[in-house]
Amino acid sequence: MKRQFDADLDDLRCRLLRMGSLCEEMVHYAVKVVVERDETHVAAVQAWERQVNGMHIEIDEVALRLIALHQPAAGDLRLLAAAIKINSDLERVGDQAVNIAETGVYLLKEPKISLGDIPRMVEVASGMLKDSLDAFSRGDVDLARDVIKRDDEEDRLKSEIFNELVTLMQRDASAIQRGMDIILIARNLERIADHATNVAEDVIFMVLGKDIRHSVEKI
Amino acid sequence: MPLPAEVPTATAAVPQPIVMSVRGLRAGYGAAPVLHGVDLDVRGNTVTAIIGPSGCGKSTLIRCLNRMHEAIPGATCEGEMLLGDRSVLAMDPVLLRREVGMVFQRPNPFPTMSIAQNVAAGLVLNGVRDRSLIAETVEKSLRRAALWDEVKDKLDAPGVGLSGGQQQRLCIARALAAEPSVLLLDEPCSALDPIATARIEELLIQIKDQLTVVIVTHNMQQAARVSEYTVFMLMGEMVEYGLTRKMFTQPADKRTEDYITGRFG
Repeated sequence: MKRQFDADLDDLRCRLLRMGSLCEEMVHYAVKVVVERDETHVAAVQAWERQVNGMHIEIDEVALRLIALHQPAAGDLRLLAAAIKINSDLERVGDQAVNIAETGVYLLKEPKISLGDIPRMVEVASGMLKDSLDAFSRGDVDLARDVIKRDDEEDRLKSEIFNELVTLMQRDASAIQRGMDIILIARNLERIADHATNVAEDVIFMVLGKDIRHSVEKI
Repeated sequence: MPLPAEVPTATAAVPQPIVMSVRGLRAGYGAAPVLHGVDLDVRGNTVTAIIGPSGCGKSTLIRCLNRMHEAIPGATCEGEMLLGDRSVLAMDPVLLRREVGMVFQRPNPFPTMSIAQNVAAGLVLNGVRDRSLIAETVEKSLRRAALWDEVKDKLDAPGVGLSGGQQQRLCIARALAAEPSVLLLDEPCSALDPIATARIEELLIQIKDQLTVVIVTHNMQQAARVSEYTVFMLMGEMVEYGLTRKMFTQPADKRTEDYITGRFG
């Protein structure tokens, strides 16, 4: 016989995964505003953010209620602790997506500028986000470790974009506004990759009980 | 089962010394074995909690530690148990029980005795007649059991007139009056309400500075709250023994995980 508590934990997992897939959609459409110069997606991203904010509060409430009612231990406790932290990271991913979309709107008002490695950054960050959620869903430690490893590439791409744009802005003052916008977008994408890394670290804690945050030898 | 090497608290510089050790303990009732070769080291000035489903042998284990088990007709007990460097089985049971006291599930003050007489019962039984020594021991024991302030004005009132929680602390005071070095408690809070339970738990945390506590409990949150070490038993065997904080977040054995997360038992 399945315990009610197990059903409640499954429900919590499903809520988080729904929130995660909504965040993935937000990133996908926010990036379209920038890459395809298509303003029509901004309203949708903003509307989803309100939905994600509601889910953020709801998931915290569910997790706290389960802790209060069941006093969980061991694997159940680690799942609930991880769920609360992943919930926060996902909500911030949503915020970053809104920032990208809104910065994209400013960019549309300016002449077109090369996006450089931004599409590659999108690819890496979106892949990391998707895989971190898959790792959570399946309790897949190997996949979580792989996500963490990929964060270095995202950091490197961001630094390269930053350096290229600084050089461009030094050469052409009329590109400063657009250059700064691209730097902000690169920063938002890098933050999304950081949140995916946090989710992956929480998955490792949830499955193995091993806290790898802030460790020199992370994985 | 080997003693966990890790020091339980960050403040403790060295692990506390072992005060009781058990090797290959087998015990049962008649032909029915209950314990199948238990090894256990109990560290001094700590609280060790023993958890496990009903019938796993946890009460039998602590009743062996002060030889209450052998008082049951047909009970069997073999193996090695040491209190310090002395063999428990070679000690005089009465002297042993002075050093290894016990508190039971239901508060059991002597019904015809006052509060003070209950605490002093052991002393009087051992022939102590010095009134000032008795009064001093009564006060000291009641203070250690965190009951003094509530009963100091009615020491001559019957012990059974106290609330359940107070009666249990009275029984703890009675056990402490003999100045034991180890205190065994067999589900001491199972008949108490949450407030009385919390008082006993606070008391255990306080008195471990002066003695060693081994507590059998069905309440896993209680084990998690009060103990540094936890023993998980199943069907007469010790499945896992380790630091409580580790066992409740990251148990090593799947059976422990299943039990403490309520998946069986």
